[in-house]
Amino acid sequence: MANQIDSSAPEAMLMFYRKLYPFKSIYNWLNHDQMPTKLFTHREFAFTLQGDVYLRYKSFNSAEDLKKDICHLNPTRFEIGPVYSARPRDKKTIRPGGLTPLLRELVFDIDMTDYDPVRTCCSEANICKRCWAFISAAVKVLDHSIRDHFGYEKLLWVYSGRRGIHLWISDKEAMELTDQQRKAIVGWMNVVSIGSKEASKRLNIRTASKVLPPPIQDALVQLVSTFTDLILEDQDCFASESGYETLLEFIPNATVVSNLRNAWEKDPERSSEDKWEDLKQQVKQVDRNSPQRVQLKQAMEDIILHYTYPRIDAEVSKHRNHLLKAPFCIHPKTGRVCVPVDPSKIDEFDPEKVPTVSQLLTELDEFIPVDGEEKPSDEDLVERTSLRPYVQMLDQHAAGLMTVKRETKQDPDAALTW
Amino acid sequence: MFKAGERKANIVSRTAAESSYVSGLKYPVPLNFYDKPPLFDITIEEFETCALDRLRILAEIESSAARNRTWEELTKVISAQCEKYMPLKDNSSMTDIHGQRRRDHLSHFVLRLAFCRSEDLRKRYIKAETQLFKIRYEECSHADKEAFLNSRDFGCLSVSTEEKEKYREQLLSVYFSPRSEAAREAAREAAREAAFEKEKYLKVRWARVPDLVEKRRVFLHGGWAYVPGLDQSSIVFQEFESKLDKALETTARLLPRLDEDERLVPVLENLAQGFLTGVPSEWIAENGAQVSGEELKAESIDELAKNHYPLCMKTIHDRLRRDQHLKHFGRLQYGLFLKVLGLSVEEAVVFWRKSFKRITDDKFNKEYRYNIRHLYGLEGKRANYPAKNCLQILTSGNTTDCGCPYRTFTPENLNTALLSAYAPLGLKASDLTEITQTVKNSHFHVACTRVFEITHASYGVKKGEAIGGESVTHPNQYASGSRELWKKVHGGGDLDMAEVT
Repeated sequence: MANQIDSSAPEAMLMFYRKLYPFKSIYNWLNHDQMPTKLFTHREFAFTLQGDVYLRYKSFNSAEDLKKDICHLNPTRFEIGPVYSARPRDKKTIRPGGLTPLLRELVFDIDMTDYDPVRTCCSEANICKRCWAFISAAVKVLDHSIRDHFGYEKLLWVYSGRRGIHLWISDKEAMELTDQQRKAIVGWMNVVSIGSKEASKRLNIRTASKVLPPPIQDALVQLVSTFTDLILEDQDCFASESGYETLLEFIPNATVVSNLRNAWEKDPERSSEDKWEDLKQQVKQVDRNSPQRVQLKQAMEDIILHYTYPRIDAEVSKHRNHLLKAPFCIHPKTGRVCVPVDPSKIDEFDPEKVPTVSQLLTELDEFIPVDGEEKPSDEDLVERTSLRPYVQMLDQHAAGLMTVKRETKQDPDAALTW
Repeated sequence: MFKAGERKANIVSRTAAESSYVSGLKYPVPLNFYDKPPLFDITIEEFETCALDRLRILAEIESSAARNRTWEELTKVISAQCEKYMPLKDNSSMTDIHGQRRRDHLSHFVLRLAFCRSEDLRKRYIKAETQLFKIRYEECSHADKEAFLNSRDFGCLSVSTEEKEKYREQLLSVYFSPRSEAAREAAREAAREAAFEKEKYLKVRWARVPDLVEKRRVFLHGGWAYVPGLDQSSIVFQEFESKLDKALETTARLLPRLDEDERLVPVLENLAQGFLTGVPSEWIAENGAQVSGEELKAESIDELAKNHYPLCMKTIHDRLRRDQHLKHFGRLQYGLFLKVLGLSVEEAVVFWRKSFKRITDDKFNKEYRYNIRHLYGLEGKRANYPAKNCLQILTSGNTTDCGCPYRTFTPENLNTALLSAYAPLGLKASDLTEITQTVKNSHFHVACTRVFEITHASYGVKKGEAIGGESVTHPNQYASGSRELWKKVHGGGDLDMAEVT
């Protein structure tokens, strides 16, 4: 009985929107205020309806307004865009060029597919607890960099429902960044160029000085242990022939490469850990002060970064008018809810334990028959399901944003720290 | 800002503005951040001419970017262009510096009006203007620079010695000293460190120096970028860019409310078009309506087409030879081109008569002779029609039998056409990648210019040199540039007779 509900069925979706979707929390999070501001009313929403019909430039006056329309159209998912200079829904009546994106959370998207060349457990759309370790390594690096280098604090990490994670940054300065500035921040972050196979081998980190820039050096320190645990032990990336050949391509020294290849061809059973150890031994044999040694050391650093450094989908972050799926939407394939994730507990997060629609609706069904209780209000319904902690997380985050807003209102100078 | 633009546009008298001279000089330094719009009377003519002059410079900057000129080359080319069209001297100069700066100021604001209309135009305008500002900033004397920097607040905080010491390691690792000559690594490293010790650091919000952030050339902490004094110009440029961006958006929003008679809008529209091909070429005007001296014969045209035509004319010519006919717009474009090339009306009649082989004399005389004579201003309204320039060819909606092949052809067809047309002149298949890339970015005239350079390499034309330093903006400019080179090598003489015999 419990698993009879099909997560992707339109009825289930509608029920979820009606009873469980936290419209009010989403509203608070986007609006930074109780009273509707332009942050909400001039915000673009885009719906994907059944049968891949795509509706853009929708905008709403309030959370209730949004809920009404969503329950009416019952989209399979919806996306959030930028705050425009006018109401997006008036697009047709505004003269051309009158609708320009002004503000937008700074967003990042990390998707497991970009890790396909370096993960051995699954491929394409699949994801398991094991490959989630790539994401959690990425989250730690990115989260640290955003907070420490860029000084942003209002970060919301959201599981994308299947194989990735989104980051929404709502600090005032981050909201105001221009496309060019967003491009700059992506440039700062990006090390592994995603795209064509050949290009992905080269990392864009070494400048003329050949030394790793400090932010990457920081990240490298964090990533060394991930590399040992994840790449060498868990994923065993260099076990297969194609696996270790990829590794050898990074090594700029022909003698070392042929030595290693010979050794590994003789003993195909050697684990990745042993192979990495072999490489270290080889490097140690090269004269300590020779330029080759330096090169090899750099190559080893590059390898660690190549396998573990966050792979960001750059296009998503670069433009203010890029749409990104709203939190708490349902992923149509998995039926899982796109829930917020606490970055400090990212290692414990298991994508397979995220509630699905059918599970939540079942939880609701099981609860309602309790006797002697009044019919619960819509807000209370969430309280009875396993969605509760996630909604609380968003509420807390939104409350933080609203506090900042209130303080700025009372004391406009407080926000002008720069 | 815009209101004032409106006032200016309406040429309302504002004598009060003239009194806003600061310290006796309205423009104390050659550099201008264009915060205040020009508030003085100008004539419509000045409005257009100074904008056109500035546009020439900006268009050259754009095509330089498309042609991958290095910064040094760009600086050289643009300085020369500025000298020619819009000189801007420093205070020590004996020239009319106030007039120069006034022109610079005015033209900037006129172009703002012309380029604020679409996102694309705005972006390109900002990019070109920022480049121009950079070039001028770097050419500026030290004293002027200092005065300019002090005249504005760039929102930088200075970094205390303790703070510098605290982040010493990180700062040093991204510190690049100004070119040191020391050959040995250790010595260079020492020089770098010494320079670092002397460096005064500033900190700004990171968003102010996105270019440095993107390349990881600064140290970031808590959203602050620690910028060495050396890189301060980066902050200035960024400020210039973002200010201009905002100002243009405001202008764009207010432009529809421009309470305007019909005098300015056509001028502005014309200017906005100028970015497509560079400035509409005044090639004809500069070189006289007709190339004089040499009589061009109908029978020498085939030879000419082989050696000196740009691709558009070559395409038309080949089509004429293949079909033994051309549609109206093809005839128009090609006929005017031939006229300016120096083909007399008599020869033109001979040429067309021979070309239209399948048509009877009677039909030709009835239907085509008039047309040809019309082109030469001998019939109808008797106007002296100029040949179409690249802008007109590029933007004309009619592409059967004419148009710019760089724009209308598919990449494959273009490659084939280029090879068959120019392989005998030295174009190699390996050159095509570059040209295709340029075309893909819609820099059609740049592609054409590049083809000119490649096919004239044997005359000593180098990459980036174009036709006497200018990009192609007119098919006749291309053809006559090519013929002049040919003449230089093959010795004065009568080119066409030499070829025919």
